[in-house]
Amino acid sequence: MIKAILIFNNHGKPRLSKFYEHYSEDTEQQIIRETFHLVSKRDENVCNFLEGGMLIGGSENKLIYRHYATLYFVFCVDSSESELGILGLIQVFVETLDKCFENVCELDLIFHVDKVHNILAEMVMGGMVLETNMNEIITQVDAQNKMEKSEAGIAGAPARAVSAVKNMNLPEMPRNINIGDISIKVPNLPSFK
Amino acid sequence: MPAVSKGDGMRGLAVFISDIRNCKSKEAEIKRINKELANIRSKFKGDKALDGYSKKKYVCKLLFIFLLGHDIDFGHMEAVNLLSSNKYTEKQIGYLFISVLVNSNSDLISLINNAIKNDLSSRNPTFMNLALHCIANVGSREMAEAFAAEVPRILVAGDTMDSVKQSAALCLLRLNRTSPDLVLMGEWTARVVHLLNDQHLGVVTAATSLITTLAQKSPEDFKTSVSLAVARLSRIVSSASTDLQDYTYYFVAAPWLSVKLLRLLQCYPPPEDGAIRGRLTECLETILNKAQEPPKSKKVQHSNAKNAVLFEAISLIIHHDSEPTLLVRACNQLGQFLQHRETNLRYLALESMCTLASSEFSHEAVKTHIETVINALKSERDVSVRQRAVDLLYAMCDRSNAKQIVAEMLSYLETADYSIREEIVLKVAILAEKYAVDYTWYVDTILNLIRFAGDYVSDEVWYRVIQIVINRDEVQGYAAKTVFEALQAPACHENLVKVGGYILGEFGNLIAGDSRSSPLVQFDLLHSKFHLCSVPTRALLLSAYIKFINLFPEVKGTIQEVLRSDSQLRNADVELQQRAVEYLRLSSIASTDILATVLEEMPPFPERESSILAKLKRKKGPGNLHPDLDENRKERSANGGTADHSSTTSNAKVLLLSCMTHCFLIVTVTSPKVAASPTPSTDLLGLGSTITTQNSAPPASKGTSLLVDVFSENIAAFPVETPVAVGPVADENFSRFVCKNNGVLYENQLLQIGLKSEFRQNLGRMYVFFGNKTSTQFMNFAASVPADPTVDGGAQLQQILNIECMSDFVDAPVLNIQFRYGGTLQNVAVKLPITLNKFFQPTEMTSQDFFQRWKQLGAPQQEVQKIFKAKHSMDTEVTKAKIMGFGAALLDGVDPNPSNFVGAGVIHTKTTQVGCLLRLEPNTHAQMYRLTLRTSRDTVSQRLCDLLSEQF
Repeated sequence: MIKAILIFNNHGKPRLSKFYEHYSEDTEQQIIRETFHLVSKRDENVCNFLEGGMLIGGSENKLIYRHYATLYFVFCVDSSESELGILGLIQVFVETLDKCFENVCELDLIFHVDKVHNILAEMVMGGMVLETNMNEIITQVDAQNKMEKSEAGIAGAPARAVSAVKNMNLPEMPRNINIGDISIKVPNLPSFK
Repeated sequence: MPAVSKGDGMRGLAVFISDIRNCKSKEAEIKRINKELANIRSKFKGDKALDGYSKKKYVCKLLFIFLLGHDIDFGHMEAVNLLSSNKYTEKQIGYLFISVLVNSNSDLISLINNAIKNDLSSRNPTFMNLALHCIANVGSREMAEAFAAEVPRILVAGDTMDSVKQSAALCLLRLNRTSPDLVLMGEWTARVVHLLNDQHLGVVTAATSLITTLAQKSPEDFKTSVSLAVARLSRIVSSASTDLQDYTYYFVAAPWLSVKLLRLLQCYPPPEDGAIRGRLTECLETILNKAQEPPKSKKVQHSNAKNAVLFEAISLIIHHDSEPTLLVRACNQLGQFLQHRETNLRYLALESMCTLASSEFSHEAVKTHIETVINALKSERDVSVRQRAVDLLYAMCDRSNAKQIVAEMLSYLETADYSIREEIVLKVAILAEKYAVDYTWYVDTILNLIRFAGDYVSDEVWYRVIQIVINRDEVQGYAAKTVFEALQAPACHENLVKVGGYILGEFGNLIAGDSRSSPLVQFDLLHSKFHLCSVPTRALLLSAYIKFINLFPEVKGTIQEVLRSDSQLRNADVELQQRAVEYLRLSSIASTDILATVLEEMPPFPERESSILAKLKRKKGPGNLHPDLDENRKERSANGGTADHSSTTSNAKVLLLSCMTHCFLIVTVTSPKVAASPTPSTDLLGLGSTITTQNSAPPASKGTSLLVDVFSENIAAFPVETPVAVGPVADENFSRFVCKNNGVLYENQLLQIGLKSEFRQNLGRMYVFFGNKTSTQFMNFAASVPADPTVDGGAQLQQILNIECMSDFVDAPVLNIQFRYGGTLQNVAVKLPITLNKFFQPTEMTSQDFFQRWKQLGAPQQEVQKIFKAKHSMDTEVTKAKIMGFGAALLDGVDPNPSNFVGAGVIHTKTTQVGCLLRLEPNTHAQMYRLTLRTSRDTVSQRLCDLLSEQF
């Protein structure tokens, strides 16, 4: 079973957290911090699995993670999940996000928390894998968007806001997420460390 | 076309988020958030009805604030109101808020439940999915109560859409996890199994997850899933990569579904039906073959998906543990991965090999990779991988390679990561003890442990070395010499001082003959460390000094001088002061005889399970019991006792440190015919005619009375209750134990029962280990006999049964276990694998003797013959091992036909001994066996024939 799905950036700022077991709000925040410390200190190119932190159940649980440019995607799972299977699932998740947001970047996750949650809900439910077929997931998300559009009408108007915000002076400039083999144009942005 | 167009964001939300991101300090951020919270609160409270867009915007803001780690204490009601909206957007955001923020807020749950109920009956698949997601994500008890009956109906209804079926399956799984008692099996169970045949692979994947969990709980109800799962797997494995269209992931056909199906099959033993079994073997072979084919794509996603299936197939092969050829292939495949350039694969290979090492068939094959594993320990860059290498070395260790492995682990310890040092120390200590042929090596190893990683050597480890030195005369002199030398180092670890003080205090006389280690030198050496040590160590050293006064009267003056000094007699620590005063007084008034009596050498420690092993188990948690199974499989060095009494004036606290409840029960197993018990399935107490419980003889020391009290309390507080309404008696693993004595007898989600047993003549002793697999405590634990009433999460409880065979018998006794887990009383009944053949003593005889006796036992009722089909592969070595495991001596060169097996032995019961001869004639061509048994008693012949014929 998947216990939690966490996404945070290179500085440990959470971008998505979804817990499938009940923890208090404080504990959830501590788990995010602990997980960030465990994962971020690891070199690139080491293995993608490690034992979970103490807060989330210690050695009984595994953290399976992938690092894409500015973001860490971490799944915390128990022994009933296949490690490589989850690794593949992370890839499906990111590819789906990339298709839905067209060259997904960190800002998309920030400004569309609800959408990311919806996409995730199409894949994982109550800690179990619901759907792994990317086309199926995208079909569902598309259908939702259509419904949303038809309901939104004039209310959904102020659209230019986001592009305006994206060009504001931001402390962490996003880089595009590098996904495996899909070719993504990486814009020339200064990197912030 | 992107599914989410970038321009449809909410302006207010975007502005708020960028404000937050522009905050220069934490304070500024909190200020901005509080301002926004106030704004939202006023909007919610305001008279103006908010439109869907605004509600959605505010809820998104709250979600963002929550993600940043701030408590959200309002907005729940608004979210609940959104649920009853007819607009998808509003409903959806309401559900999102609730599944992220509401856990089990009881006053709202009934409102939420109401909304869910409406959506479930709406027949709108989108709404139904939202509702099912909400149930699965919140999963509270109230929700389970409300929907546990409804969800299965939706799942199996004919007109339910595929996507809803998928959600319903996982929703039900979640409810079963959180409130298993509310999800009742019913007529839907059979129909759920048939979802494995569904057209839609997404439905099959979800259903497989559900069935796997349910099958762990009640395997019988879902037995039919095995054949369906095998059929489905076979179709996937043999399909061309394009057949499954969208479910083909990077040229691998439905990898997730394959993994799930292989997991499901791991809930069951190998299929009994030959055809299904054959088909499964074929699948597994195909998967193994595919691993050798050139990859269809260079992308890592392709190899990950392919290997995910492969590793799961290997787990299944290891779980079945029945096909030697597959096991060896699996082992070779893992061997290849050990040297793969992908770190992930090396990691997983090390992990899988650990479980493979405990299989009889592949233990030797695993051992051939020892050099690679040692190399991994030295050269891997990743600590997670190195840790797996340590685990594997521990699992593959046996007498033949113990010295090498222990040496490698010791040298790794010097540079090991701090996080895993303690575990390595425990493992080294266990291996060194278990495989110590000569104890000088053991003593050296432990002293090295203290030298390299003294801080990580727990008390259990140094107690144990002392205990072993005390119990073994031959090593005492060597130990004294070695610690004396080790103490010469200018800086040595406090643990070494403890061991040194104790051992020199006991056995310093053994090296006192050498002028370089004369009594005074020894004393000066110890005392030079005194001031650097903590209070408990100083206390121990004071005890060592008083022992010196007894051993070496010539240093009495010097020591009394030390004891008399102000730093001792007036020490601020009351324990040290008391010891100094008492020892000084004792040394001055007592006569030599009295001193010699009081300060006599420590008596040997009682034999007991190593407390180090218990500690390792605690550390590793219940999920990781295999080193223990591993220990079951191999012979166990028989020495014991925990170093409870750490020094002469040890206190009761130390004594209780590692106390495990030992209740001895003498069970007399008699044949039901003789014993007057009406049914064979009464509990053990009902079966026996002579039952006694007694406490283990406690060590003779100050803490004795306390120890006894602890035990007697248990017994008084938990009289044996007659078990109420015991469920069916579990005996699925029973036949596995006919030819072996150790292993896992029973396992469910909560409890694992392991056995270790030994038999001699008509007597036997069985160690029953109850392992709590959960993380919470079992209360009121009783296992037919009074046991420790609580079993902590992850802990193991041990019971010992003594068995005596009165006369020949058929039915095995049943062990009833009762305990309280969470709120519910659990009953488990397991057939104990005590079979007649356990009381076999092998007899060697010549061909001539054999045939002479064979003829003597020629009466028709003395012979029982059975012809049966082979259920396993007809491997000669395996058959031999089984006959020997059965207890009979395997006689070579007796039968003129070399492919036949002939055995002889004597069954011992209290009253009589029954001679037994057996002959097994395999016919590999027809895959049949003929088994003939001749014994002097017809019932014995029949029973042995029944037992043995089940094994092939």
